[in-house]
Amino acid sequence: MEKRKENEIKNTYQQIVQKKVPQSSILKDAVFAFVVGGLICDVGQFFMNLFLSLGVSKDDVGYYVATVMVFLGAFLTGIGVYDNIGKYAGAGSIVPITGFANSIVSPAMEYKREGYIFGVGSKMFVIAGPILVYGISSSILVGIIYYIIKILAR
Amino acid sequence: MAEKKIGLHTVKLKNPPSILSTATIVGPKEGQGPLKDYFDIILEDDLFGEKSWEKAESKMLREAVRLAMNKINLTPDKVDYFFAGDLLNQIISSSFAARELGIPFFGLYGACSTLTESMSLAAMMIDGGFADITIAATSSHFSSAERQFRFPLEHGNQRPPTSQWTVTGAGAVILGKEGNGPYVTYITTGRVVDFGITDANNMGAAMAPAAADTILRHLKDTGFNAADYDLIMTGDLAKIGMEIAVDIIKQNGYDISSKFTDAGIEIFDLSTQDVHAGGSGCGCSAAVFAGYLYSQFMSGNLNRIMIVSTGALLSPTSTQQGESIPGIAHAITIERSVGI
Repeated sequence: MEKRKENEIKNTYQQIVQKKVPQSSILKDAVFAFVVGGLICDVGQFFMNLFLSLGVSKDDVGYYVATVMVFLGAFLTGIGVYDNIGKYAGAGSIVPITGFANSIVSPAMEYKREGYIFGVGSKMFVIAGPILVYGISSSILVGIIYYIIKILAR
Repeated sequence: MAEKKIGLHTVKLKNPPSILSTATIVGPKEGQGPLKDYFDIILEDDLFGEKSWEKAESKMLREAVRLAMNKINLTPDKVDYFFAGDLLNQIISSSFAARELGIPFFGLYGACSTLTESMSLAAMMIDGGFADITIAATSSHFSSAERQFRFPLEHGNQRPPTSQWTVTGAGAVILGKEGNGPYVTYITTGRVVDFGITDANNMGAAMAPAAADTILRHLKDTGFNAADYDLIMTGDLAKIGMEIAVDIIKQNGYDISSKFTDAGIEIFDLSTQDVHAGGSGCGCSAAVFAGYLYSQFMSGNLNRIMIVSTGALLSPTSTQQGESIPGIAHAITIERSVGI
């Protein structure tokens, strides 16, 4: 009985809070994410065209572009610019590979003061870690499904 | 029956200790805020010449205490007890400051409620006859709090509109048996209140019921109402939490809205400083009280105020395990003169 009354109070309170909380402007956030994310892709496309024109083969050009974009993401993080882009762009600058670079370089910078082993070494993947774990896990899963489909299709 | 206790949870100090001196040190962002003229030291660099933000925070706390002592030519050996706390794991800012100061030390953890928690105990210690001079101090630092509770600074994420900005600041208050005021006269100690808020980006809402609970008990215990106070200031409820607290108090029969403010709203300019709902952290109410409000007492603009520092008693682990956020709020009354 006591417990039920307590839960009731908590529920009512959460409804009151919900009404007071200002909502993020989804439209504005989405437009910013779209524009900035798109611009980052344009930069990537620029480098792809550049490398292709320099005679890099179509199969290899992806590695070249990824290397450049990761460098740019890391560089902008290092000089303290990327977090300001992220403040406005949100997912627009988190999803591209530059955001991945940011998620690794930012903890590496942050935890340098705890030393190279227990700081940089162990904290570097504190944000990117989950992405790697679930990215690799899901690619294994897809690989197995692909393998089974291939056997069945024979 | 305790002789100094009135009502349920309030004590009325029989020999109200006087505030002898205060000092504040704040970071660059706070130094651009509306209260910039009231802080003793505004840091140009929030590393304060140290190698890490944790070291910088501890130095801020230590130097604030030293500065408050210097203002009245007090030496550490004359101080009986030092009460301090902060937000960092194992309250290292405070204990490392105490290591340098050499004053008998009680370390406290009350999250952002530490200013009034430490002042409550420092005042009771004097009123009880256990000490002549005590110091209460606390600190918080945006960068050290950010890395402990959220993300690395350079990580490009977005903050929701309910989030608050941890104040980089330290405040120290020296209390003494003899002095010319202002005096600490009433203390209402907070209970831990939890209404089930789990969003660590909305701490104001998590703490608002605790603030309302303490303020209501204080008013009932003392028989005061809003008219008896020049100002009632909570610690860091910020915009959303403050509105909710006023509503809850109103529903219980007290309209304090004309006297009510929040340190998290006072310390920053919400429209231009990009702090979202407002400031937070131990340093928030500490800097606003020890800087701005204390000077208002000294210039005679205030007669009686209530400070209610508010704390969200969460840890990163408790949040990740899905625990809700308990809040606490400690109230103290400060008066320019005592008697009658």
